[in-house]
Formats: sequence, structure tokens, C-alpha cells
Amino acid sequence: MKKRIASVTERLKEILSSPIGRWALIGAVVAVILIIPMIQFQQRAFWVRVIGYTGLYIILGLGLNVVVGLAGLLDLGYVAFYAIGAYAYALLASGHFDTHISFWLVLPFAALLAGFAGILLGIPVLRMRGDYLAIVTLGFGEIIRMLVTNLTDLTNGSQGVIGIDSPYLFGLELKTSTHFYYMIFIFVIAVIFITQRLDRSRVGRSWIAMREDEDAAQMVGVNTTRYKLLAFAVGALIGGLGGAIFAAWQGSIFPDNFNLMVSVNVLCLIIIGGMGSIPGVVIGSFALITLPDILRQFSDYRLLLFGFLLIVMMIARPEGFIPSQRRRLELHAEKLAHAGPSESITEGGA
Amino acid sequence: MTILSSNNVTKRFGGLVAVDQFDLGLQELAIHSIIGPNGAGKTTFFNCVTGFYWPEEGEIYFNGQSLKGLQPDRIAHLGIARTYQNIRLFSNMTAIENILVGQHPRLKASPIDAILHTPHFHKEEEAALEEANRLVRFVGLVGLGDHLARNLPYGAQRRLEIARALASKPKLLLLDEPTAGMNPQESAEMMRFIRNLRDELAITILLIEHDMRVVMGISEIITVLDYGMKIAEGSPEEIQRNPRVIEAYLGRGAASGLGQNSD
Repeated sequence: MKKRIASVTERLKEILSSPIGRWALIGAVVAVILIIPMIQFQQRAFWVRVIGYTGLYIILGLGLNVVVGLAGLLDLGYVAFYAIGAYAYALLASGHFDTHISFWLVLPFAALLAGFAGILLGIPVLRMRGDYLAIVTLGFGEIIRMLVTNLTDLTNGSQGVIGIDSPYLFGLELKTSTHFYYMIFIFVIAVIFITQRLDRSRVGRSWIAMREDEDAAQMVGVNTTRYKLLAFAVGALIGGLGGAIFAAWQGSIFPDNFNLMVSVNVLCLIIIGGMGSIPGVVIGSFALITLPDILRQFSDYRLLLFGFLLIVMMIARPEGFIPSQRRRLELHAEKLAHAGPSESITEGGA
Repeated sequence: MTILSSNNVTKRFGGLVAVDQFDLGLQELAIHSIIGPNGAGKTTFFNCVTGFYWPEEGEIYFNGQSLKGLQPDRIAHLGIARTYQNIRLFSNMTAIENILVGQHPRLKASPIDAILHTPHFHKEEEAALEEANRLVRFVGLVGLGDHLARNLPYGAQRRLEIARALASKPKLLLLDEPTAGMNPQESAEMMRFIRNLRDELAITILLIEHDMRVVMGISEIITVLDYGMKIAEGSPEEIQRNPRVIEAYLGRGAASGLGQNSD
């Protein structure tokens, strides 16, 4: 079993490591995902819902991946930002306060609000590392859930907010799961684009350096305070975005939607996919969100089977399905303008 | 001209005085060593210079500017870089990436530039990458640039750490036992390399070193610390003859015997 998984993933790695193979694979996956809602088959509605929901978790995973995978800040309260985004939209676009602001206006606001909450959480935990950070963020997630449960005047407590407006796009009301399926798909692509570009820049390098050795990173000039807050803010922003989409899709939200298990699931899918790896988040989401739904036919044994698969996975491949790969950046001699090192290093050195 | 001066610096840990009223004047373009028995406070002093610790008393000036209350990242921006006694690389990043992180103070691209891939971002990244590749060559790591730092052999890790420090184009480089764990031949090579840094790149070098062959061979001036206090300062020849230094290293009895033989 172990050997077979290893050999399959080895092959997968081989395919993924060649650029043509990688783009072919990505193209194939994208094509299948785009086509599924167009095919008429018996369980179409089920699959559209499940994959759409998986997409939502990919968004959350990509957001938390910035915080945990890149910056190395163990955040167990990520659901808080999801909740903030969801409630921001629910309260501003429903019969609850009878305010009906457009989804496209609230969406950036909800994301920014969550991002701001990310910074607020970040400030007190700047000096914390590892387990201490995990405990405080865990508490933060619970605090937000308690607040939305108990601030009944604002959030309607455990009764939840119902009758949330559907978004409109060029006069089309987006209300079916298929609509949201495609909308989430576009947001997944956008978030992958943004997080990948951050990862492959001075910003991403600083985050990873901080994860590897915070003191040494600061000593080479990385303002660790700023980059930690930036990581929290970017992660939270993406979480808030996911929350607002979730609220619009469901049409009603309840405090129970935002329990600890959401944070745990998002963290697990990152770990299973491969810390810091964007393709890992995608694979991890399918493994963790889609798979349990497929296993539904085994009814009561579903979680048992799922747990078993997770354990096998962690034994066979503790670094995740697709471990984060560093890019090759060494240039060949002929590509270097002048091979002589000193002249360029000296400039401004004195 | 003095590039770094430490006036009366004292750093305590509870009741222990790790650095005790330490004065140091580091001349620009010097190769200056700090030596002393284990626990003498050498690394603690490095940590005070780099802002990792803030001394309780006294002040450190770099190019006339006080470093009081500055965070390490600010001090790095001023032009001080260091290496560590027990190599501290970013293990899961490649050698090139380590050097790219080292260039951080000189790069300006914001997160927005990175997302939008502005022309400025492209230009800066390209130049940074080329520079990183040059540094890989400069420290002799050709072909190892894409290896993860943790997979590099020990000597290569040491050189990579120096390359990372050089990437910020520092004016002052603090080297904490750069030849630790090296054989005599590697040490000699490292000495030549350090001298090159000063001669070709015009970087002032302050180093902590235990290997006396290296210290005596490379230093223009040596400061000796014992129990956090400066007990001697001078040229290698002066230090070798100084009875207080011999006593600190070998004890009082040995001091009288060795002192006579040393010249």
C-alpha cells in the first residue's frame, strides 16, 4: 500500500516537474471542472454543490496557507475571518436591517473588514511563537463565534441571518449552485494568481525566511513586525472574501457554520496537500472536502474510512501530497552579463 | 576614521554581567578580532551591535549614529551584516533564495508591485537574481545555487551564510567564528577570502575567532575579552606577549612560564 502510494505520487511528481506536463494537467483539470455543470447526469446537482464547496475551501486554504504555510504562523482561529466576511455581507444585504447593498460593493468591504480584523489579531500576538500563538488564535476564533451567537441585536444570535440577497451580474440574478460554482471558480483562479505572485517575490521570500528562522530574517533586514501583520492581513482578507461568497450562496447563515471544525479542516487540507504549496492546497481540498462527501454512501463508516485514509496518508507521505517546490533560479554562466563578481558587488559597497 | 564605536557598553542577564563597560573603537577598513575564553561575552557583544540585545548601559555608534533602541532590521538597513557561530541559514530555501532574502534591504518592491508585476518589479527581480548568481560564484558555490541550504555541505553553508550577509552590501561585517570546524587548509582559504572582502569590497571586518593561527594571521588589531571586560588591545604581536591575556587563557601558573617562551 505504502509503496504503491509512493510510486503513484512519484509519477505525479515527474509529470508535474516538466512544464508541459504541468500545464497539460492543469488544463485537463480546469476543463473537467468547467464542463461538469454542463453535463446532464443524475447526480449533477450533488456534484456541482460538492465541487463548488470544495472551491470555497480552496480559497480558504490559499488564505490560511499564506499565514501558516509561508509565514509559519500557526493560526487555529482562521474561521473568525470567514465568519466576519459572511456576517458583513449577510447584515448589509438582507432583510435583517433592510439594507440591500450590492454584493460587488460589499465583497471588497467584507474582505477589508476581515483583513483589518487580521491585523487586530496580529498586533497582540506579534511576540508569540508556535503553540502559544496557536492557543491565542484558537481563542480568537471562538470569541468571534461567541460574539455572533450572543450579540443577538446585531446578528440575530443562533437564529442566524436569513433571506440574504443574491448577487446580480449584468442583470442576471446569481442564485443557483451552478452560478456560484462558476463564480467560485473565477475567485479560486484569482486567489491562486495573487498568492502565487506574492510567494514568488520579495514578500513571499521574507515570509518563508521568517518561518525558517525569525531572528536571522530580522537580522538580514526583514521587518518581521510588518511582514507578520501583512501575512495575517492577506490571509484574513482572503478568508473574508470566502465568507462573503459563502453567505451569498447559502442565503442564510448561522453561528454554527463557523465552528472550530472549519479552522481545523482548512489547516488539515494545507498539511495534507503540502505546507506552503498552492497545488497542495487544491489537492488537499479535494481530498478533505470532496472525498468525505463521496464516501457518504458508506454512511456511518464514512468518517472511519476517511480517518483511516488520513492516517495512511500521513505515514506514507508526511510532507503532503505535493510538497512545496522551490524554484530553480541559478543562471548558467553564459546568461550572466559579467562573470566577474567583484565589480558589481563593490558598487555602492564602500 | 572610526566606523563603529562602543562606549561603556554593559549587558546583564540577571546577576550575570555578560559584557562589562566595554569600549571599542573600530577603524574603517580594519580587520579587527575579538578573542577571549568561552563565555567571555564576545557573541553577546555582537548581539548588542546588531540590536538583538539592547545593552543596559552605554551606547554603540555606527558611522556616528547611535544604535540605541533600533531593531535588528533597521540596523541591517544601516549597513551591518553578520554571520552566526552555529550557522543560521533559511534551511528550506535554496542557496539563491537565501541570498535573495539577504538583498532585502536593497529591494523596494511592494506587495502591490509583486501582484501586478509592474515594470519596476520585473527590473528589480531580474537584477536581484543576477546579483545573487554573481554572489554564488563569488563564494564558490557554482552549481549548488538551486540546492536547499540544509542539503549543502558544512563548508558550503558557511560560505553561503557569508554570501547572504554580503547581499545587503554591508559596510561592516561581523563574523562569528567563521573557521569553526574547518581544517587548517580550509581555514587558510577562509582567511584569504576574508582579506579579499576587505581589500576588494571595502568592507570593515569585525570577527570573533578561536583559532589562534587565524587570529594572528589575519587581524590588524585584537581586542581581548575576559568575563565581559576588555583586558587587552593591540597588534597580534603585542597580544601574544601580554601576560594578562596568557593568564586569562591558561591560568596564572602558565602565564609566568609561557610569557618567557613566547618571544
